[in-house]
Amino acid sequence: MKFTLPIILVAVTAGLMTLALFGAGHSSGTVGIAAGSAVFSTKASTPEQGLNNLLADVQRRNWDRAYSALSTTSAGDRQSFIQDWTGSDGSLRSFSSLEGFQARPLHATNDDAQMRVRLHWTTPVGPIEDVRDFHLIREGGTWKVAWPKMQISSVPAQIIPVTYLRWDLVSGSGSDEWGSKNVDAPHVRIISMNAVDSAEGAVVMGEVVNEDTIPAFVNVNAALVDGAGKAIDDESSFDKIDHVLLPKQVTPYRIDFPNINLKNVKNVRMDVKATLVPASADPVIGVMNQKVVSDVQGKSILQGDLMNESGQTVNIPHVIASFYDNNGKVIWVSDGYVNRALLPQSGQPFAVEIPKSLAGKVQSFHVVVNQYSLVRS
Amino acid sequence: MHAPASAIAGEEVTISTNGSGKATFYLLGPGVSRKSDVSLGSEVQLKAQDLQNAGEYFAFLCSDTCRSSSFYVTAAKPASLTFLVHPSRVPVGQGDAVSGVALPFDQFRNLVLTPETVNFHLLEGTASVFSRSSQTRDGIAWFRTASQKSAGTLQVDASLGDLSARRAVQQVASDPCNLRIKGERTKAGILVQTEPVRDCAGNPVPDGTIVSFTATDGNGRSTVDAPIKQGVARAQLEAPGATVISVASGVAMGNELRIGAQP
Repeated sequence: MKFTLPIILVAVTAGLMTLALFGAGHSSGTVGIAAGSAVFSTKASTPEQGLNNLLADVQRRNWDRAYSALSTTSAGDRQSFIQDWTGSDGSLRSFSSLEGFQARPLHATNDDAQMRVRLHWTTPVGPIEDVRDFHLIREGGTWKVAWPKMQISSVPAQIIPVTYLRWDLVSGSGSDEWGSKNVDAPHVRIISMNAVDSAEGAVVMGEVVNEDTIPAFVNVNAALVDGAGKAIDDESSFDKIDHVLLPKQVTPYRIDFPNINLKNVKNVRMDVKATLVPASADPVIGVMNQKVVSDVQGKSILQGDLMNESGQTVNIPHVIASFYDNNGKVIWVSDGYVNRALLPQSGQPFAVEIPKSLAGKVQSFHVVVNQYSLVRS
Repeated sequence: MHAPASAIAGEEVTISTNGSGKATFYLLGPGVSRKSDVSLGSEVQLKAQDLQNAGEYFAFLCSDTCRSSSFYVTAAKPASLTFLVHPSRVPVGQGDAVSGVALPFDQFRNLVLTPETVNFHLLEGTASVFSRSSQTRDGIAWFRTASQKSAGTLQVDASLGDLSARRAVQQVASDPCNLRIKGERTKAGILVQTEPVRDCAGNPVPDGTIVSFTATDGNGRSTVDAPIKQGVARAQLEAPGATVISVASGVAMGNELRIGAQP
């Protein structure tokens, strides 16, 4: 009798584990869509199962099985396959995990199929969604992914001369006398501000310029005030701004107020804070071939290529774009992180989304690139 | 009880009393309160450390009844000069852009309210560019002047007797003026660079100032925000087709450059 309860507990636990293993992946499925799961089928008799197997192995980082299960027509070596999923050079991808995915067939015949997959990544800068197309081939009754050859940036050994620029702050020596250590904070100015309602809530956005001759660390705060003069909410621009501004540099900023409607807002109080910081004028990142186009899902995006013109690796590039209407007014600010590191003298594509409702109004845009480099931090 | 009408901070004061018998003496002043037993008819000595703070003091002498008297302690002679100069950086050629305020204090940090003559002296390198003597009024002397025409450090001195204080104001170039670019096709694209970037007075715009290059061709638009280094800003632009390149820095626009398509 004293063994009855432990036996029941073990049996129930085993039952729940079995249910979780074989049941979870299929519970939220939709017809024609393979939903994110890490379930492996021994034999992939459908394109969905073939893709599912690959992504399950990728989630588990079971690289040997994932690579060996690729189609024989696949191009590229094992190293580049792994690097494509795990990232390199301290890029954002190398700090990310594949959390889930949703696959949808684009086209299928008896022997090959095209699948579009939304990959859901967890990253240090928040969840990121990636859309990718996969080509599957049936080989000996099993569906396998034909892995394309990946273009991996490589930089030849070279010496790139750099003229370093830096700013030193001399805080004054000797006595602590009043007025002897005054150095003015950098002069920065909000040059535009616009408040709009979006699907997620109210958004305050615009641009800030550093009018000074020294670098500035900038943060923009906004407080929404109701008709009675009471503050409804206050937020900061957080990562939707290029915080370090060199002299005469302009950055967009965006401040989100989730679940707040502007009809309840009477006034917006803006506050820009600037402090003097050590800064470097490198690396210089060019933004090439900027164009507003429609992507494969029909969304309007601003796409282009980032070009690192310096000799320093930019581990995590961050693109912030402001969009203007025909009056030159900022109507939206978008941002996006680039998964791959930007190696010296090489480029990476980027794309940021424009809300559907605003796409037709966009007449012009301005892109800045914020960058995080592991060497400097 | 007879107290002097005024006294100087940090100096002893004697208060005489009349009558006979015992009494209690109270002193109340800025940051000071003191109580002591005294004999009427004798003198009450107020020590220097009781009178270090300038301001109005009240003396009370109580036996059967209380009597009071007040006196004013003024600051001693100036022992330090506080000098505030604003701003620490200023564009060249701006009217009334530099101002300074000097405040003399005695050794006990009392503001010296009696008029004193403060000499202000501004130097660019070794050349004197401004000199003025100003009397303090209510403890403050000040000046205001224009920033000079050339960039560099402006040394600002204030002196009062053998006291002096020195500050530095960085005079910086104004916005770029006559921004001009030149460019040529290279294997990697178009290498474009500015001529030395100067303001309208001919001062070199500080290194680090961002210059924005924009190239527009059939493929779209390419932009590079490049900092000025050693007087010029340069960037590499990708534009294989016929391209128009423009340049701007702050509010200043430069010339446009038209470069033909890659052969």
